[in-house]
Amino acid sequence: MAGKTKPRVKVPKTAAKGDVVTIKTLISHKMETGLRKDKKTGKVVPRNIIKKFLVKFDGEDVFSVDIDPAISANPYFQFTMKAEKTGEFEFVWIDDKGETFSKKSKLTVN
Amino acid sequence: MKATLKIGLLATAVAGSIALVGVANSQDSLPQGVTTIKVAPPSKDHPLTELYSGWHFRSPETQALQQDDFDNPGFLWVERGEELWKKVDGEAGKSCASCHNDASKSMKGVGSQMPKWDAKLKRPLTMEQRINSCRTNNMKAPEWKWESDNMLSMTSYIRNQSRGMPVNVQVDGPMKEWADKGKKLYYTRVGQLDMSCANCHEANYGKYIRADHLSQGQSNGFPLYRLKWQKLGSLHRRFSGCMKNIRAVPYKRGSDEFVALEIYLAHRGKGLQVETPAVRQ
Amino acid sequence: MRLINRRETLVLAGAAGAAFMLAPHAAFSAAGDAQALVTKFTGGKTASDGKVTLQMPEIAENGNTVPLTVSIDSPMTKDNYVKRVLIVAEGNPRPEVATFNFSPMSGTAEASTRMRLAKTQNVVAVAEMSDGSFHKVKRQVKVTIGGCGG
Repeated sequence: MAGKTKPRVKVPKTAAKGDVVTIKTLISHKMETGLRKDKKTGKVVPRNIIKKFLVKFDGEDVFSVDIDPAISANPYFQFTMKAEKTGEFEFVWIDDKGETFSKKSKLTVN
Repeated sequence: MKATLKIGLLATAVAGSIALVGVANSQDSLPQGVTTIKVAPPSKDHPLTELYSGWHFRSPETQALQQDDFDNPGFLWVERGEELWKKVDGEAGKSCASCHNDASKSMKGVGSQMPKWDAKLKRPLTMEQRINSCRTNNMKAPEWKWESDNMLSMTSYIRNQSRGMPVNVQVDGPMKEWADKGKKLYYTRVGQLDMSCANCHEANYGKYIRADHLSQGQSNGFPLYRLKWQKLGSLHRRFSGCMKNIRAVPYKRGSDEFVALEIYLAHRGKGLQVETPAVRQ
Repeated sequence: MRLINRRETLVLAGAAGAAFMLAPHAAFSAAGDAQALVTKFTGGKTASDGKVTLQMPEIAENGNTVPLTVSIDSPMTKDNYVKRVLIVAEGNPRPEVATFNFSPMSGTAEASTRMRLAKTQNVVAVAEMSDGSFHKVKRQVKVTIGGCGG
């Protein structure tokens, strides 16, 4: 989306200890493959994708994805985590230029 | 000679299309925010015996993308629209919210009635044209391009406030002339393939053209996220794409022709619920 | 045996030409390129069948956005969990799709995403377990081209 790479996350706010919670994430991004040619100039449009997605909980790595251009535009990921203790999620997306986008979310575990 | 052969073959393929395919979706599941995807036609002389939303013709996976607002990539634009609504823009120092306050109240039922007649300009205005009119006259802000992310965000945000409400465009009075013009365009054959909207969307909806499951060509879900575009797009973009598919030179976004066609399509789909932002292939 | 007549030759030539024009400079990879990626992932070890399921549509309405869910049968405990899963597309211009990295905190070894498929082909998922073993699954997804080339 023009100039704005927006992340969205769907995470429950509370969970019972031992529950497996489902997390959904979506980020707006063209995911330019580097295989397309500009119709006007005839030149190859350079690759520009989100290449890594990381999920940390209280600083610990929970889940991550090494991403290639075959992942669709506006990359979507759904995954799970076992709720053991109250803490904070940190979701990080990193693109080819090394730019990062992040979002945080608290989870209270009863 | 080659072109004629190919057109001839293609025309034969379309005319002798494969047997009517039963639609696969279950009646229990629906897109989020609507209560029906099938309604009776608004009048007895309507050319269709029932009106189906385009959602009805899509594969289960495509349908699933519209069954959850989080999964629906169209909402990236709706949320951006919500931000833009509150953003001050232009020399008058106003935002949309300055005059229109809470969009969920002030814009409810607005999108479902577009395009609407503008008494001052003596012509109908689509949502895009109305937004630019507001920006120019009231906000003293520059116009947004038709297919820009700013415009798409705003049109999808505003029309999303009408989600679930029946399409209810008014085609009486001065609007009638425009609706009639749109109707004429709908039934006029154009392009190298010499086809009209009706050839596919009225005579052959529910059948397959190559591997595409033909819909009724309804507009209740626009602007929508199209998998092919990998982004949200306007109704006029879809018109343009369809015309290119039949090798016709498309009219421009916001042209009188497309405005007339938009009015006629809204009238033709009256009663179907607004689904913006829909998801299609 | 019926000879192909001139009319059919033109259609075939046209179709072949059209297919080539879709990706003029992207040489489609063969299943062999995907296999090379899998071999690199497993370090040459054999990946056995079973445990891995790959949920994808039988027919993808549009190759740009094809949903995928990979799921591996595993207790996901500290002593027995899925470390990572490689996804490759045998018929894409480049076979690599993604690698999901799990941890014992994951709870389940299941992840979903949406991927691009250039044409009808096989998609392969290979899982590496914490005990060093590998499991794989392969499934075919049909990718259609819309009506009138749209």
